[in-house]
Amino acid sequence: MKVLVAVKRVIDYNVKIRVKADHSDVDLTNVKMAMNPFCEIAVEEAVRLKEKGVATEVVAVTVGPKAAQEQLRTALALGADRAIHIETDERAESLAVAKLLAKVVEEEQPGLVVLGKQAIDTDNNQTGQMLAALTGLPQGTFASEVAVDGDKVNVTREIDGGLQTIALTLPAIVTTDLRLNEPRYAKLPDIMKAKKKPLDVKTPADYGIEVASKVSLLKVESPAERKGGVKVASVDELIDKLKNEAKVL
Amino acid sequence: MSILVLADLHEGQLAGATAHVVAAAQAIGGDIDVLVAGEGVQAAAEAAAKLDGVSKVRVADNAVYAHQLAEPMGALLVELADGYTHVLASASTTGKNVLPRLAALKDVSQLSDVIAVDSADTFKRPIYAGNAIATVKSDDALKVITVRSTGFDAVGTSGSATIETVDVVVDNSQSSFVKEELAQSDRPELGGAKVVISGGRGMGNGENFKLLDGIADKLGAAIGASRAAVDAGFVPNDMQVGQTGKIVAPDLYIAVGISGAIQHLAGMKDSKVIVAINKDDEAPIFQVADYGLVGDLFEILPELESKL
Repeated sequence: MKVLVAVKRVIDYNVKIRVKADHSDVDLTNVKMAMNPFCEIAVEEAVRLKEKGVATEVVAVTVGPKAAQEQLRTALALGADRAIHIETDERAESLAVAKLLAKVVEEEQPGLVVLGKQAIDTDNNQTGQMLAALTGLPQGTFASEVAVDGDKVNVTREIDGGLQTIALTLPAIVTTDLRLNEPRYAKLPDIMKAKKKPLDVKTPADYGIEVASKVSLLKVESPAERKGGVKVASVDELIDKLKNEAKVL
Repeated sequence: MSILVLADLHEGQLAGATAHVVAAAQAIGGDIDVLVAGEGVQAAAEAAAKLDGVSKVRVADNAVYAHQLAEPMGALLVELADGYTHVLASASTTGKNVLPRLAALKDVSQLSDVIAVDSADTFKRPIYAGNAIATVKSDDALKVITVRSTGFDAVGTSGSATIETVDVVVDNSQSSFVKEELAQSDRPELGGAKVVISGGRGMGNGENFKLLDGIADKLGAAIGASRAAVDAGFVPNDMQVGQTGKIVAPDLYIAVGISGAIQHLAGMKDSKVIVAINKDDEAPIFQVADYGLVGDLFEILPELESKL
C-alpha cells in the first residue's frame, strides 16, 4: 500500500510572531520556518506504517514556494521515499490545496493519505476534510491511533469529551492529532541521503487548478493585551477580592 | 439573508455551544434555521426550538446520522444548503469535522473559528494560535463558517420555533462507528462552565488533581489541565485547556501550578477573571492574572476549599 503524506512550511512554532506595521499580515521576513508540527506527526505515522510492513512506499507532497522544498527534504530524511512539490508563490488556501492534493491522489492512487489536522499559521483545520470530500474517500480526523486491518482502517479520534473510534474503508484520509506519535529527529546520514531522493516539481497549472480564493485578508491585528493584576497575600484576601471586587463568587 | 445553523449534540442532547452559534447568526442577521441531525434527537430538536431568534428547526432523525459521522453529515448538508446564504456550526470537533466537507463540495472556502461578525461577509478570526486576529471578507455565494462559542454570548431560551422533519436519507458504506469513550463527570462541560479550575505540572502527579475536586464542587466548576500536565500523564487529554486543547472563557478561571506557556494562555486568556496560584512569583501566568497568589499549592488548596 502506498501512503501519501502532505506537509506544510510554516513559521517555526517557537517563534513569537509580529504583526506588520501596516496591519496587512504577519511579518515573515527573516523568520525561522519549519515543517508544521502536525505534519511532522503525519510523516512519522507514514514512516512507521512502512517500518511495520503495512506501507510499501511513502510519498511526501507540499504546496508552496520554492523554499518549501526544505520541508520535503526533511520528510525524505525522516523516511519518505520520494516527494512532489507543487510550486506556487500565491497564498494557497485550504480549498485550493485540497483540490491540488485530490489531483495527486487521482494520479498516485494511495491506500492512505495522512495530513496534519491543522497548520499552526492559519489554524484552519480544513484541508484533510476537504480532500476527503473532493475525492469521495472517508475521513478519520484528529487521530490519536491508526490501525490498518486488511481493507479497513480503525481510527481513534480525539473528540470533545473523550475518544471516538471509527472504522473506514480504504483508501481513506487521516488527519493527525498531537498524541498520535512522537516524531523522531532526522539523523545526519539520512539528511545526506535525502538529498539524492527523487523530488518532482509541478505547478498548479499542471493540474489545471486555480489557487486564487474568494476570501480576502483585510487586516491583521495583535490581540488585545491582557494586563496583569495584583498579587494577594493570603487565601482570605483572595476570597475577599473575588467576592467584593470581582464579584464572581 | 438566510442562515442554517448545524446544532451540536452531546450524547444526543443539544450542546450548549449551539446557543452561542445562534447568537453569531443573529449578529449576521436574517432568518435562522437550526438543523438537528442524529438518531433519537427529538429532545434536542425541542431544546433547539426554544432558542431565541430561531424561526425553524429542521430535524433529520435517522440511524445513518447517528454519532454525526462526517460522510453522511456532509452529504446531508449539501442537500439542504441550497437557499441559504450562510451555514454555521460550532468550532467543536463535530463542526470542524463536518463543515469543510460542505464547503469543498459547494466549491467555497470555509472561515474557521470566527470570533466576531463585522458584517454579513466580513468576520474576525484568530490566527497563529490567537497571537494575531485576522479580519477576512468572503465573496463566496455561500459562506461556510465555524464559530468559536466564547466569542458570542448565548441566546436565551424563550423562543418557540416550528419543528419540521427532513426526510433526506443518504447512504454511508464508507465509515462506521465502533466505540466511544467519553469522560463521565457530574461536573459542567469544560467549554461551557462559568468557573474553571485547572492544574498544571506543579500538581506533581495525577493523584494530586483530587485536591481540585472539593473546590470545583463548591464553585460548580469544571476541571481543566495544562498541556504539560497532560503530557506528563497526570490527566487525560480531554481536560486540556490551550491552543491544542479546549478554548475556554469562563467568568472565573483559576490556574493552579501552571506557569503560563503561550499555548496555555491561548486557551484561557479571554476569561473574565483569572486567578493564578503558583510558587514561582516570576511565572508568566501572573502577567495575565487579575489576582495572583504566590505560595505552595499543597497548603493553599486545602485552605481555599475550607474557606469557600
